[in-house]
Order: sequence, then structure tokens, then C-alpha cells
Amino acid sequence: MPAARIEFSKGLQDFIQEWKDKPGNLIMILHRVQQEFSYIPREAAERLAEELSMPLAKIYGVITFYHLFKTTKPGKHRIAVCMGTACYLKGGQTLLEECEDILGIKGHEVTDDGLFSIDAVRCVGCCGLAPVLMVGNDVYGKLTKEQVPEIIAKYRG
Amino acid sequence: MVNAKINGVPVQVAEGTTILEAAEKVNIKIPKLCYNDDLPPWAACGICVVKVEKNPKMLRACCTPLEEGMSVITHDPEIVQVRKTVIELILSTHPDDCLQCPRNGSCELQTLAAEFGIREQPFEKRLRDLPLDTSTGTLVLNPDKCVRCGRCVLVCQEMQNVWAIEFLGRGENTRIAPAADVALADGPCIKCGQCAAHCPVGAIYENDQTKEVWDALMKTGADDMTCVVQIAPAVRVALGEEFGLEPGTVITKKIYAALRRLGFDVVFDTNFSADLTIMEEGTEFVKRFTDYASGKKKELLPLITSCCPSWVDYMEKYYHDMIPNFSTAKSPQQMMGAMIKTYWAEKAKVDPKKIFSVSIMPCTAKKWENGRNKDMWSSGYKDVDTTLTTRELARMIKQAGIDLVNLPDEEADSPLGPYTGAGTIFGATGGVMEAALRTAYNLITKEDLKDVNFTGVRGISGIKEARIHVKGIEVRVAVAHQMGNIAQVLDMVRTARDKGEDAPWHFIEVMACRGGCIGGGGQPYGATDEMRQKRIAGIYSDDEKSTYRCSHQNPYITQVYADFLGEPNSHKAHELLHTHYEKRSVYKV
Repeated sequence: MPAARIEFSKGLQDFIQEWKDKPGNLIMILHRVQQEFSYIPREAAERLAEELSMPLAKIYGVITFYHLFKTTKPGKHRIAVCMGTACYLKGGQTLLEECEDILGIKGHEVTDDGLFSIDAVRCVGCCGLAPVLMVGNDVYGKLTKEQVPEIIAKYRG
Repeated sequence: MVNAKINGVPVQVAEGTTILEAAEKVNIKIPKLCYNDDLPPWAACGICVVKVEKNPKMLRACCTPLEEGMSVITHDPEIVQVRKTVIELILSTHPDDCLQCPRNGSCELQTLAAEFGIREQPFEKRLRDLPLDTSTGTLVLNPDKCVRCGRCVLVCQEMQNVWAIEFLGRGENTRIAPAADVALADGPCIKCGQCAAHCPVGAIYENDQTKEVWDALMKTGADDMTCVVQIAPAVRVALGEEFGLEPGTVITKKIYAALRRLGFDVVFDTNFSADLTIMEEGTEFVKRFTDYASGKKKELLPLITSCCPSWVDYMEKYYHDMIPNFSTAKSPQQMMGAMIKTYWAEKAKVDPKKIFSVSIMPCTAKKWENGRNKDMWSSGYKDVDTTLTTRELARMIKQAGIDLVNLPDEEADSPLGPYTGAGTIFGATGGVMEAALRTAYNLITKEDLKDVNFTGVRGISGIKEARIHVKGIEVRVAVAHQMGNIAQVLDMVRTARDKGEDAPWHFIEVMACRGGCIGGGGQPYGATDEMRQKRIAGIYSDDEKSTYRCSHQNPYITQVYADFLGEPNSHKAHELLHTHYEKRSVYKV
């Protein structure tokens, strides 16, 4: 038992109650947990293990299987650089490297101030705008390397 | 029944029989790597592929049932080539340090590579560089060697219901690790070693402590140590397998001889301390049962056995509400350790500080048990300094060039050597229960049983129940082995207790490994149920040949109580031979 039990919002608790006994509940609940914390904290996984009477190992098997689930806290602004076929061919790799250079971190890492993290992702679904990167839910398309510093600067304030 | 053909040979098998099993019936060996007799087919490796007429795809024999009219081809040049490619692909992610690998000579991948004549590595080598996990001190996890066959995960989750390890990640980055990447020692692992016993390669293995023992044996002059060794019941029916003997061959006296040739000064037998355990635990049971029968105290039953360290670990994590039901008697390993450094040291006039006490066990968890809590230092020193598994002893005997099979028989040393049949059956599931009942009967009635055989508690089925009549009183007992079977029994006890009902059983024996200690995680590799049953048969044949078959009849046990301990459960016995348990969390906080 963790020393201090992690807080779940009322909404999350209700969601868990609703899904508790349904088949396929784990993935649905993990999505909801990630929505609340932006990742799946170990303490949250432990609390789920207890509430769902499920071994922690099973939960981690699922969390680590799907790229979408994170076990570490991402930056406040999550930069997703698309590496789908179209974006990749139009220079997605250059965008990724530019982001990494500017922020001084690699993919899956978080800046020291906790502001940014970078992920290389597969197709984000707007190939017509290739190459694309997203910051949070904002989409930036038809980019060149030169535009990247300005985009990142917008989120620093 | 299903009629089909395998390589043109007609075969008739029961419905649901897989192609792999059917082929064995007609003496055709289909190669396999991930498949294991103890486990459901997992279809991870793809080495067992076969052709089925009219099917364009090759099918995995391990998980494809034979169907009526099927015509199967198990071997042709194309199939052999596919299998060879699969092996080459596995080898492309597997380190090549076979000569330094703990599984060198017993590795199933190495054997396949040899059988398929792998001489080249056509694929680019892609090795991972993952850290070793040595946290338990009993088992070593080397994920770099893992071939992702899934056996350990299935064993840990399905057979043992422990869930210490899981597949983390996906695709080629899949690795075997505890949840949240905690150290193995900080999670649910109970150190039973069944993962190691089932791993086909060197990805999980026992912490080899033979060097510590060699070092102690070699010390001379002022550093000289009196090296005292004990061997567990289950070792004697399995060690022979490492030297070409049939499973179940009883070679106790040759093992004594080999241990002396290795340089041990004194050879004792854990079977003796198993007799001692029965005196303590049997007395404990009789006390609790008498209180129960007279209606004085009902809640202290069932009494639950505590000889199995993996079970102790599991209980402290998952069933700590039952600590009051747990026998406080130490395991035979620890009782022997305590007796060596107190009673024997005094008798032999040896300074206990200068005694190096080694135990040979079928078990990896015994390596953990010898330092489990401060009670394991009851003599004032570490009661058992080092524990070796059966496999490690085999290695030492081979290193020493000892021709084990042809050694002359020797006897164990007195007084902690001679044992009864009751001591020897500790090695098999049901054995502790049967041994306890033989003596409990005497303790209650002051008479000996006419027939000491309690066959109802014997055998390989996962849960066994029996009712025994002791002078008109019915004693209900249950025996469970293979950790995954335990919850079923204990949950019934919990439910009855919480409802305020009478316990379903008065006495429960638990052993973590399938078949009991004879199927322990430190035993020779490749155990199947057939082998386990042969080992069990060996154990009971040793029992039948014994002059005495009840622990209380052992004259040396009588002597130890008269000279030293006083009575069973005496103050001194409690100090040296009993222990405590504590509630622990499944994951270290």
C-alpha cells in the first residue's frame, strides 16, 4: 500500500464504478486515468490493481503494450512530430531533429522545466498538410524547419 | 476418436489431441522451443510448424488439433529450412556467450542449434543491453538472454498465481520484467524458481553459490572451518538424473559418500530434522486440536504447515490474516541449522563460530529462507550459512571428478543423520501431512498406528482431502501444492471463518511447487508429471524400506529431546526451532 493514497476525482471514481465489472474495462479505465493525470502514475496503477482486484503486472502489461499510455509525466506542452509516410517523405525527420536541437532533449524526454516533451508519432491523420507537428491539440502543417523556433516560442510564455 | 495420417502413418487419437501430441504417439519428434508439457500451448516460437494437406499455410503443431482425415507432413526439406530460419532469427537477438552461460550444456536453444546444424549467422545481430536483476539473491534474471517463449510468465501467472513477472513492451522490444520495472525482490516474487526450472535458456537461473562453498571447504590453518552439510529429502531422488540415472532412483548413501569426498567434515540429513519438525509441529497440532475438540479455542484451527519458504513468503504477502493459523515450527533446513550450531557444536566440542553450515536443497527459495528474519540466527550465528540447489551440487560433484553412480554406499553421521520414513516423505506433496498424522495419532492415543499409510493425501492432483478417525474423533485434512491451487483452499477457510462457521479442515499442508519439493525450482531441469511421479515413487520406496516410519520412533530424536531440548514445544525448542511471521505488502513501499 502506498503511504498516501492517490486522489481520484469524483468523475474518475464514478467512471471506474461504471466500468468495473464490464469486459474490456481495463483499457477504458486507463484512458480515463490518463485523461486525468496526463500519464498513468504508478500510484494510480496500484490503486486500480486494488479496486479491480487485478494483479499490477497485468495492468503494466497493458500500459506498456500500447504506445499511447505513458508511465512518466509528459511536458505541459506535448510536441508530436508526425512520422507517417507522407510526413516522413516531406521532411518529418528534420522537424523532429530541429525540435530536439532547440529543446535539448530526445524523443520521449521532458525538458527540465517540465514545459515540453517530444514524441515521434505515426500518422496524425492530415497527410494533406505534410509535414505536420502538433503541440497539444494545435496542428501545424506544411512546415519547414525554419518555422519551428517560432512555434515553440509561442508556448514558452 | 479422430483418424488421420502423420507422414503417411495412420494415427487414431482422442478428439482435441494436438498434432504435436499425436506425432509423439507414432514416434515422430516435432522440434519445439516455447512449448512445455506443464503449460498451455503459447505458439510463440514457430519452430513446430508442419504442413497439412490442402492447407496453403504451415500450421503450428503445438496448438493445432488433429482433425478427422487430416494428412500431416512433419518433416520435409522446406519445413526443415523454415525451422532453421526461425532458429537463426532467434539467434540473431541472442548473445553468443554460450561458454560462460549457466545453461551451457542444458540449453534447449543450444540443443536446437546443434540439431539443425547452425553454422552461420545470416541475420544482423541485434542484441539488447538490459541490466541483470540479482535483487532476490536466489534467482538471477538476465533479460538479454530471453527468447520470449513466455514459459516463465505462464508459470508465474497461471501455475503459481504469483504475477511477479509480465511481458512489458511489445514487438521486438518485449521483455520479461516485474510490473513497473521494480526489482524482482521488491514485488510479489516468492522465489519458488519455477520460472528458472521452466526457462529453456539462460534468462532466469539460480544464484550459483558453489564458489562460497568451495572457498569454505578449501580454508586451512587458522581459517579452517568445520564444514557441515545437510541434504533435503527430495535431493536423493533427483540428483541421479544429472548422472544418467532414472528419475526416482534413491541414491542417498552415494550422496553422503560424494559429500565427504567433496571435503565436508560432517554429513547430516535434513530428513532427521524433518522428524524433528514433526515432533514440534505434531505437538502444536495436537495441542490446538485438543483445545478445539474440547470447545475451548476453535479459532486456532486449521493449523497450516510452514516448511515451504515460498509459501511462507506468499502467506505473509497475501494471507497474513492467517498468521495465527500458521505453524510456528521452522522448516527442517532451519531446524537442522540451529541444532548443528548449538547441540552438535556443544557435543562435538566445536566452536560454532568455526562451523560452516551448508544445506543442499531442491529449492531456490531456501537460499532466501536462511536469512528470512532474525530467527534464522537462533544459534547466535547464521544457522545455515549457504544453501545450494540440487543442480549446484551436481555441478560441484562433476567439477570434483567424482563418479557418483559407482561410489560405495556410506552412512550419514550421528546423531543428526539417521531418519525415519516419515522424514523422507517430506519431499513429496502430502508427505508432511502424512508424517504429522503418523505421529499425531500416537501423541493423542499413545498407541502406534497399525497401518501408517495415508494414501488419500498422496499423488499429483492439485488439491487432496482426507478424513481420518482418531479414536472416534474425525480429523479433516487438506493438501494443496502448486501455488495456483492454494487460494481455492484458503479462500474457503477465510469464508468459513468470516461467517463464524467451523473450519472446513483442521490441518492443511501447502507446498508451492507442483508435486512438492521433488518438483522444486532447484531440481534437475526438464521435470514433467511423469518424472515427478517417478521421484515421488522413489520417496515412498525409501519410506517403505525404513526401519522406523514414524518420527517419534527415531531413537536419535528421543536422544535429542532427552539430552538437550527437553520436550517438544519446550522453552528451548521455541527459542531454537520456532519462528515468527509478519504481514508484508506485495510491493515494497
